[in-house]
Formats: sequence, structure tokens, C-alpha cells
Amino acid sequence: MIFFKAFLVGGLICVVAQLLMDLTSYKITPAHILVGFVTAGALLSAFGFYQPLVNWAGAGATVPLSGFGHLIAQGAVQGVQEKGLLGVFSGGITTTATGITAAIVFGYFASIFFRAKG
Amino acid sequence: METQPLEIQKKQYAKIVKEIRPKPPLLRNLAGAFVVGGLIAVIGQIFLNLYQGLGLSLQEAGAAESATLVFLAALLTGLGVYDEIAKVGGAGSIVPITGFANSMVSPAMEYRGEGLVLGVGARLFTVAGPVLVFGIVTGWAIGIFYYFFR
Repeated sequence: MIFFKAFLVGGLICVVAQLLMDLTSYKITPAHILVGFVTAGALLSAFGFYQPLVNWAGAGATVPLSGFGHLIAQGAVQGVQEKGLLGVFSGGITTTATGITAAIVFGYFASIFFRAKG
Repeated sequence: METQPLEIQKKQYAKIVKEIRPKPPLLRNLAGAFVVGGLIAVIGQIFLNLYQGLGLSLQEAGAAESATLVFLAALLTGLGVYDEIAKVGGAGSIVPITGFANSMVSPAMEYRGEGLVLGVGARLFTVAGPVLVFGIVTGWAIGIFYYFFR
């Protein structure tokens, strides 16, 4: 059941992005989509709307980049609870550290080992 | 044959272009985004369950799952497979964290000839840079707000 929910929510979040790309007259690049979804995820999380979605759909809500934004926002709030003002600066990166490091390290090695086509 | 003023020719040309240009196949794009985005989420869920089964907490399993997806996406981008997925998936291949990894590897590979520092090092952050800037600034603002108004 959780797999069905993950598929549904993960798919629908991507449909929203596809609609933005196809139906707006602006030139929306993947960079704009990713920035928009991280920011939107963080804000939705701050207002308490994102955690229920994560509870319901699991990876369906955390795999899209809005889940990354949610993780940053969660980290900022946890940081404040544990360390006060200093936590405002450390929290967001703490929760996302694994993903960021993985992306940089694996990204680096992939670009070294493989050759671009053409 | 008498030639028409340039302005009219331009207008006619624009009209023809508008008629001929194919409309974006919206339904097909939406279906592709839904299926590919959904499937990537399901793969994430499979790893999440797997890592939880190995005894990791939900939070730890989530981090390990993200790292796994990022690894697979970097590998598939290097092999040229992710581009093929993107042709079908559109936004479904951009929005998941795998798309984030793809947006790092792709330009870094392409500009590798410019050197390790300005080619690979800098281009890894062509898209990831803006994402981190806006994500972290938003998170910081949320933290500040929470600190003063909780």
C-alpha cells in the first residue's frame, strides 16, 4: 500500500512541475523548477503542511526535491530547539548533510570517470 | 510577381510558423512525468524499507536512501542512460533527487575539458548552486522566524 501511495504522490508532484513547464509562457528551465520546489517544500514544511504528506506517502513526498526543502526547514527548527540562535545557522545543513555530500562526491567521480557523448 | 511590403511578409511568416509549429503534446508529457516520477519514488521507497529492515531509524534510512538514489543517478548520467529516461519522463526525471544529481553531473561532464577546477568543480554547481542558495536562505529565514516567534 505504501508503494502505491508513494507512486501516486511522487507522480503527482512531478505532474505539477510538468504543468508549470508546459502551460506557462515563461522559459522555465530545470534549474527554476528545482529551486522552486525546494523553496516551496521548505515553506510548506514551515506551515506544517508537508509532514502529513510525508507520513502518508513516505518516499513519494521525500524523493521529490520539495522533500529536500522540507528536510532543510525541519533541520532549522530542530536546530533552534537544540542550540538556539546558532542552530538557525547549522540546522538546515545538518539534516541534509548526507544527501549534499553524496551528490558532490558521487557527482565528482561520475564526471571524472565518464566521458560526455558527442 | 509583385512583392509585398516587408512588414506584411513578416506577419505572414509569423502566422505560418504559428500554424506549423507542433503543439506540445501535453497529455503525453503529463503521463510521462507521472509514471517516471512515481516510479523513482517507488524505488526510493524500496530502499527506505530495505534500510529500515537493516535496523536504521527512519531518519537514517531516509538519508541512506537519498544517497543511494543520488549514486544511481550519477552513474546512469555518466552512462548516458539518464538522458534517455529524461526524454520520456520530462519533469518526472527533473523533480526527484535523482534529477538534482543529474543536474550536477551533466554539465560537469560536458565542461570537463575546461579543467578540474573551473570545469568539473564549478559546473557541478550550475544548478545545485542556486538550489542550495535558495534552500538554505529559506531554511535560515524559517529558523529565524521560529526563534523569535515560537
